[in-house]
Amino acid sequence: MTDAPDRRAAAAALLKKRYAAERRFRTCGLLAIAFAVAFLGILLARVVTQGAPAFWTHSITMPVYVDPAKVDPRDLQGANYDMLLAEQLLPRVGAPNDELGENALKAKDMLSPDMGFQLLDRLKKDPTLIGKTISLTAPVGGNADLYYKGELSRAIAEGDRKLDDAQFAWLDKLKKDGLVKGHFNWGLFTRSDSTQPEIAGLLGSITGSALMLLVTALVAVPVGVMAAVYLEEFAPQNRFTGMIEVNINNLAAVPSIVYGLLGLAVFINWLGFPRSAPITGGLVLALMALPTVIIATRSSLKAVPPSIREGALAVGASKTQAVFHHVLPLAMPGIMTGTIISLAHALGETAPLLMIGMVSFVPGVPEGFTSGATVLPVQIFIWENASERAFHERTAAAILVLLGFMIIMNAAAIILRRRFERRW
Amino acid sequence: MFGRIFRQGGDMESTTIVDHSPNTAEAPPPQVSADSQAPIGPTKITARNVNVFYGDKQALFGVNLDMPERAVTALIGPSGCGKSTFLRCMNRMNDTIPSARVEGEILMDGENINDRRLDPVLLRARVGMVFQKPNPFPKSIFENVAYGPRIHGLATSKSELEDVVEASLKKAGLWAEVQDRLHHPGTGLSGGQQQRLVIARAIAVQPEVILMDEPCSALDPIATAKIEDLMDELREQYCIVIVTHSMAQAARVSQRTAFFHLGRLVEDGPTEQIFTNPRDTRTHDYITGRFG
Repeated sequence: MTDAPDRRAAAAALLKKRYAAERRFRTCGLLAIAFAVAFLGILLARVVTQGAPAFWTHSITMPVYVDPAKVDPRDLQGANYDMLLAEQLLPRVGAPNDELGENALKAKDMLSPDMGFQLLDRLKKDPTLIGKTISLTAPVGGNADLYYKGELSRAIAEGDRKLDDAQFAWLDKLKKDGLVKGHFNWGLFTRSDSTQPEIAGLLGSITGSALMLLVTALVAVPVGVMAAVYLEEFAPQNRFTGMIEVNINNLAAVPSIVYGLLGLAVFINWLGFPRSAPITGGLVLALMALPTVIIATRSSLKAVPPSIREGALAVGASKTQAVFHHVLPLAMPGIMTGTIISLAHALGETAPLLMIGMVSFVPGVPEGFTSGATVLPVQIFIWENASERAFHERTAAAILVLLGFMIIMNAAAIILRRRFERRW
Repeated sequence: MFGRIFRQGGDMESTTIVDHSPNTAEAPPPQVSADSQAPIGPTKITARNVNVFYGDKQALFGVNLDMPERAVTALIGPSGCGKSTFLRCMNRMNDTIPSARVEGEILMDGENINDRRLDPVLLRARVGMVFQKPNPFPKSIFENVAYGPRIHGLATSKSELEDVVEASLKKAGLWAEVQDRLHHPGTGLSGGQQQRLVIARAIAVQPEVILMDEPCSALDPIATAKIEDLMDELREQYCIVIVTHSMAQAARVSQRTAFFHLGRLVEDGPTEQIFTNPRDTRTHDYITGRFG
């Protein structure tokens, strides 16, 4: 038996230890958060610094004399417009057109083939332009654009870069003469994929993602919500429903590429769905999103107080009326949040889409649910693998666009939840 | 100790131990005269040999009980004695518990409501229920009351529905407090008001029986007094069965009392008799506070 002062001293010593433990715990927590925030910061900073230049680009505007000697009105496709334009550019940079056409080839490297396509289109519409001078505006070549943005400089050894010192001098002159102007890169959003980085854009993949997500939402949301409502509110509790529940939880943890394999085997090989199409990708992602939607819906149904169900039943509502008039509306904010977050997850999914052939070069905007398409995360994957330097900044830009869509969807989830919860 | 607080029959003294009525100072309590004018009606519900099982566990053992019309029947007893279980038999609420099984006959106007072939949805329109915790729907006050009549097709037009809502709220003594904010959320009312809203919701479907499962246990004394006054008024039209933990409340509001213990109905009879002259020693011990 110890006396009172002893006990107090022991309690004080213990208290010191308790406070020390609390401080340790708090420090660990702070360190963990700092660690997470630091990595998030590094990730975002890197993507933003790499991707930001892609939102800025340069265009050249120049008068072009459509030489009747080089363009045959009966064979518009046959003419070499790129060389015609390059030769027109030479006098503007003050370089002679030599016998072997080396300078013209160098000038051609500075221009985008887009200018040639534009000229062909104009002539197809109006062949009388042959022999006249017209003004054309087109993006400069990918490497020229990099030079203007300072990513290609004389500091790099001449042999290690695509443009030599002479071309740099020409580009400087064009800029000084006001033929080349920098502007926001709208083309990133109005053009689709291309082999030429300066005219490659995200319109096709954004459209593809939208179409695919529409299919996913139309399949996963009604099926998932109905399945969850049935399992939670109506199904008897027995071994069979218990097994279904366990399996749904397990499916939510299945690697996404397995869903791709399933889609390949079932939708493409067995049911004959078109490969690389939004409908196929959407169905595969719907399968992937289903378990998440079911789990989110069930947990928000569980969160509805049982007194609401009892109240509805007690005034003589049938089971279905109680669920659809009272329980489901109350669970709706939670269901919508869970659903939107699982759709956002589906938007960023790449692996299963590789399995069903969505990793393909699609230079246009998909026309419908069954036409070939690519989606944002796959576009990122494709551009990342491209060898052209100018594609690298576009990869980062595409990541930023994808992140933007994710933020919009998650914000929508939060706003919807707030709005509907505030009602009462 | 409860002998002095009865109001049944009108021949009892109306002195109350708990001053539950805020208007007692102005006028003699109107309940006494109301009580004397409203004699107990004939038997409405008869329970015959009711057994209830939750899985393997038996919760009620052979309960036989008559509940009269135009009267409040109080079910009292210690926690877990089966009184709420018995109450929930009368609107088949036990159906919602998968493991629950109810045996025996519960006759309402001679018809066995424990028959599997009887639709509980139709039964619940005849037998309203009020729960321990006020559970208004998270909708407007109007919608709370209008919901029942709407799903049962009791009103054919909007104005008729409005009349039903107004009449129900008036009967529940809530109209004066909410008439200018019918479209505000029902969950924004105070606890006592919410409980009266729930009573209005039950009344709106024109039930014959109202079951109340400890309706005042979440309320303060003033709100409790209002609900008790309301029960007194309502019993003139309905058969009311109330589960309560408060013996003072049972004594105040009920005309008949049934005492449950360990799943068995120990004793039932006129409230006055149960509280003044119980036949069973367990009843005596419970009402005098020796256990429970």
